[in-house]
Amino acid sequence: MAFDFTQETVKAWRRENGRVGVRNHVLILPVDDISNAACEAVANNVKGTMAIPHAYGRLQFGEDLDLHFRTIIGTGANPNVAAVVVIGIEPEWTKIIVDGIAKTGKPVEGFWIEQNGDFETIRRASWKAKEYVHWASELQKEDCPLTDLWVSTKCGESDTTTGLSSCPTVGNMYDKLLPHGLYGVFGETSEITGAEHICEKRAANPEAAAKFMKTWKAYQDDVIEQFKTSDLSDSQPTKGNILGGLSTIEEKALGNLEKIGRTSTYIDVLEPAEAPAKGAGLYFMDTSSAAAECVTLMAAAGYVIHTFPTGQGNVVGNPIVPVIKISGNPRTLRTMSEHIDVDVTGVLRRDMTIDQAGDALIEMIRRTANGRMTAAEALGHREFSMTKLYRSA
Amino acid sequence: MIANAHPQLLVHDKADNVGVVVVEGLTAGTEMLCVCTEDNSDFRLTANADIPIGHKVALTDLKAGDTVIKYGEDIGKMVGDAETGGHVHTHNMKTKRW
Repeated sequence: MAFDFTQETVKAWRRENGRVGVRNHVLILPVDDISNAACEAVANNVKGTMAIPHAYGRLQFGEDLDLHFRTIIGTGANPNVAAVVVIGIEPEWTKIIVDGIAKTGKPVEGFWIEQNGDFETIRRASWKAKEYVHWASELQKEDCPLTDLWVSTKCGESDTTTGLSSCPTVGNMYDKLLPHGLYGVFGETSEITGAEHICEKRAANPEAAAKFMKTWKAYQDDVIEQFKTSDLSDSQPTKGNILGGLSTIEEKALGNLEKIGRTSTYIDVLEPAEAPAKGAGLYFMDTSSAAAECVTLMAAAGYVIHTFPTGQGNVVGNPIVPVIKISGNPRTLRTMSEHIDVDVTGVLRRDMTIDQAGDALIEMIRRTANGRMTAAEALGHREFSMTKLYRSA
Repeated sequence: MIANAHPQLLVHDKADNVGVVVVEGLTAGTEMLCVCTEDNSDFRLTANADIPIGHKVALTDLKAGDTVIKYGEDIGKMVGDAETGGHVHTHNMKTKRW
């Protein structure tokens, strides 16, 4: 008998703002690159915390700075995070991050290094981090509807098997869960090229369709036309894609779009790292197709589990969001199965249907939400990659 | 479709003129069981080259300039020829976009 998805629950943390988190991290969050060392020292002092160092945060301006703040604040605000210690070089931008995260109602406190030095900052921040760890470790999980989860998707190291098996597996999951209240998101603006006419038609309303086409065209005009060499063949498809049998960006795009299933439609188009604001359903986010950048942006938008179809075997993970890997390529399962959570090779052998594969993924989402560590978590993949729009001042 | 037989080639759509090898170690001369995922119909086709898993096979004779159809959609154009059962990839096809 088929699952009744509406009745399915998971044991997870209900946060102060009502959102459901499936992990319970105490983050030590740097505002900028030069505060990474202090954050890592605090995380070393206080077990059960995690620092997420990154490369940016100084001399950025305009839209690029807005995106930096949105990504850092969104990461701290994600329901998989219980509490946050923020460290920056100076107090003003540190306060912007702290105030942004505080809107969720979760515990957050900021520290800055100027006029304190690393030693004093680390000492004070370590005391706060320890207090947060004691508090967070006593928070109890409760029964939450499975469809209260926010589940993102992006595929990587795609090949022709992703379009046949792992991407339609995600699509089947979305077709089943989105109507019951799940939030979904897909993106990868450059990788829709070749299927943009199909993606345009999958909008739930004319406004979303127009917004998608505007976003897609802006990428073509502002990025590709400005920076292309002879073509994009050295990057889209990637060398890994080509090894896997994909010949053109059109072929890659059509396989990619299998992730939104047969019936799902997107209700809005999001800026990178922008939180969805039009209710439950599917969203398109303007993102790069680089795996770590894309997953980082979707996590910053508030998504708590990521579903990641791969053909040739992308190994990406994220510090705060469990990344579930799905593959249908038998060679990848033979050579690097330690990275794969859901094996859908049966789809290629025709002894597993897409419907069964979709159910297997939903079961893995349920288990992951209940606490099963993903392959990427077990292997320590914590890629946190900020998207940068242009050079710093 | 033959019971318990695993296909060597999958085709997305009836309109497609290429299919995808889904097994490792396919050698020239293999008579492949081919399945169209759209309606589970099947047919036989002989591979005329050693073709790696994931790579495409021409379902009909393709000439330079022909449009390659997969998912029932235009995925690029031939820039060389491929006979029925031959390998179709970056050596004989490319995008129409760039």
